[in-house]
Amino acid sequence: MRPDYVIKRIGIFFLIMWVAATLNFLIPRLGSRSPIEDKLMTQAATGGYLQQGVAEMVREYEAKFGLDKPLWQQYLVYLSDVVRFDFNYSISNYPRRVVDILLEGLPWTMGLLTMTTLISFAVGNLLGAFLGWPRAPRWLHFLMPPLLALHALPFFLLGLILVYIFAFSLQILPLYGGFTTGTIPHLSLSFALDILRHAILPAASIVLVSIGGWALGMRAMMVTTQGEDYTNFADAKGLRPKTIFFHYAIRNAMLPQVTALALVLGQILSGAVLVEVIFGYPGIGTVLFQAIRGSDFFLVQGIVFIVIISIGVATFVLDLVYPLLDPRITYQRG
Amino acid sequence: MRRNPSLPVGLTMLLILALFLIVGRLFVDLDEARAVSVAPLRPPSAELPFGSDRQGRNMFAVAVAGTPMTLQIGLTAGLLGVGFGAALAFVAAYYGGKVDNLIKGLVDTGLTIPGLMILITVAMNVRGGLGVTQMALVVASLAWLYPTRTIRSQLLTLRERGYIQIAQMSGMSGPEIIVKEMLPNLLPYLVAALVNSTSAAILASIGLEVLGLGPFEAPTIGMTLYWVNYNAAIINGWWWWWVPPIVVIGTVFIGLFLVAIGLDEVANPRLRRSV
Repeated sequence: MRPDYVIKRIGIFFLIMWVAATLNFLIPRLGSRSPIEDKLMTQAATGGYLQQGVAEMVREYEAKFGLDKPLWQQYLVYLSDVVRFDFNYSISNYPRRVVDILLEGLPWTMGLLTMTTLISFAVGNLLGAFLGWPRAPRWLHFLMPPLLALHALPFFLLGLILVYIFAFSLQILPLYGGFTTGTIPHLSLSFALDILRHAILPAASIVLVSIGGWALGMRAMMVTTQGEDYTNFADAKGLRPKTIFFHYAIRNAMLPQVTALALVLGQILSGAVLVEVIFGYPGIGTVLFQAIRGSDFFLVQGIVFIVIISIGVATFVLDLVYPLLDPRITYQRG
Repeated sequence: MRRNPSLPVGLTMLLILALFLIVGRLFVDLDEARAVSVAPLRPPSAELPFGSDRQGRNMFAVAVAGTPMTLQIGLTAGLLGVGFGAALAFVAAYYGGKVDNLIKGLVDTGLTIPGLMILITVAMNVRGGLGVTQMALVVASLAWLYPTRTIRSQLLTLRERGYIQIAQMSGMSGPEIIVKEMLPNLLPYLVAALVNSTSAAILASIGLEVLGLGPFEAPTIGMTLYWVNYNAAIINGWWWWWVPPIVVIGTVFIGLFLVAIGLDEVANPRLRRSV
């Protein structure tokens, strides 16, 4: 791998981080002067709870974002905070720090996301590859219309339907949370199985919707590999169809799919956030939902930034893996 | 057409939904989409064909009044996105070089950032929450990224086509080529881009609403789902409350998706294979 390619990717990664941080800084300033105060006052006015520490929160906010310093100075302070992952205190969980709450939710979301992305990517691409291969069994073609119909739906919508079928009507799977309420998370086989059972429905909502998209893209790619010289050559060499399918066709058709993965990761994560809300899954999505409900300004800001960073890191890793998959790639290309 | 039913099927689905909305308006007082207008939590009956929710909304009125709002949000954001995106794409393709690189870089970077997160930040900071119109504008703020990308790549392939080069040699001016030669060939792609971005905008707006950042006064589909989730309607067995919004969303998304696939096949005849 050429160093200039890697350096460029690192540059892009930091550019995305900087853009995200700057938007996170600027957008609140385009809105009302002090959204946090607005919201706290509204809460107080509507007989909501005014907890301890709220007054300090407003003061802290004013000191942090107030107009007592010039804007560029505020911006620099903000950037140095972000670099150190200091997102201040959570308003609705005062005096807990935002970063601690994030660290609690992050593993759940990452686990759900990694698992579902890998499963749907593998299954969808394999299915698409078979569909684009002339010697594939006929019955596979009947799978496509329902999978495409599912693919058009939002994740959380399928989630609602699955909750109704499996958790409410059949009552065979839990309908809420990441593990059985009242149990204390610990390391044991029974608890691991409990976590798995709770993950089935949220994961299925994401996987079932995603498969169709991968299959559709892969099928189109497979069709194009069929006319290519290398498959014809492999065929002429007398290689077995199975070998050609796996080593020649799939390998080449996969490449654009990996590029597509980098692009849709963000969408998958956005969708997963809503799935978590539907299932009360204890990840970032549910934390976000509660933060919005409690007007927890700093917590929302922290989540937004963490999500963008995670996607940035994933994109960066995929960019570095890609050349290893594609020996033809010219590293100079953007 | 016979081998590729996507486009007619998709259009039919959307047409049926439109008919339901138009005819529905004749049979219901739309004011009953507001809370506390009918008795709460009634299952469907002759009086209330879709029943009522916990806050006493007539769910039939909610479906008829709220669906057009959601579609309006999607269409407004979609049109703004495609309009702005097409303009940027033309600028990029026309000037090329540094300008093109800048626009391409901006779009590629923007697309890797999860859009919903930026929209959440914006929605959190609008004083007094979002109305239906503001929701459309907020969603539109990011709706131009994807159209810019697709239209730009389409323009670049168009530019290499023979008839464009012949037009250039015959001394046609740049704007003339764009209007006379490029636009007509681009039309199916522009329509497909509009369909896709409308669909994406509806998805984003419903996402914001489910998270509780939507217009609380409005009976949009997303807000209906927010109340469904808030009141745990599914677990409580109030099926009439959540079935209509899910059916409507399903119809909208699957309909738009089929139309987009159909248009794609019209534009790229090579894709024509039975699904």
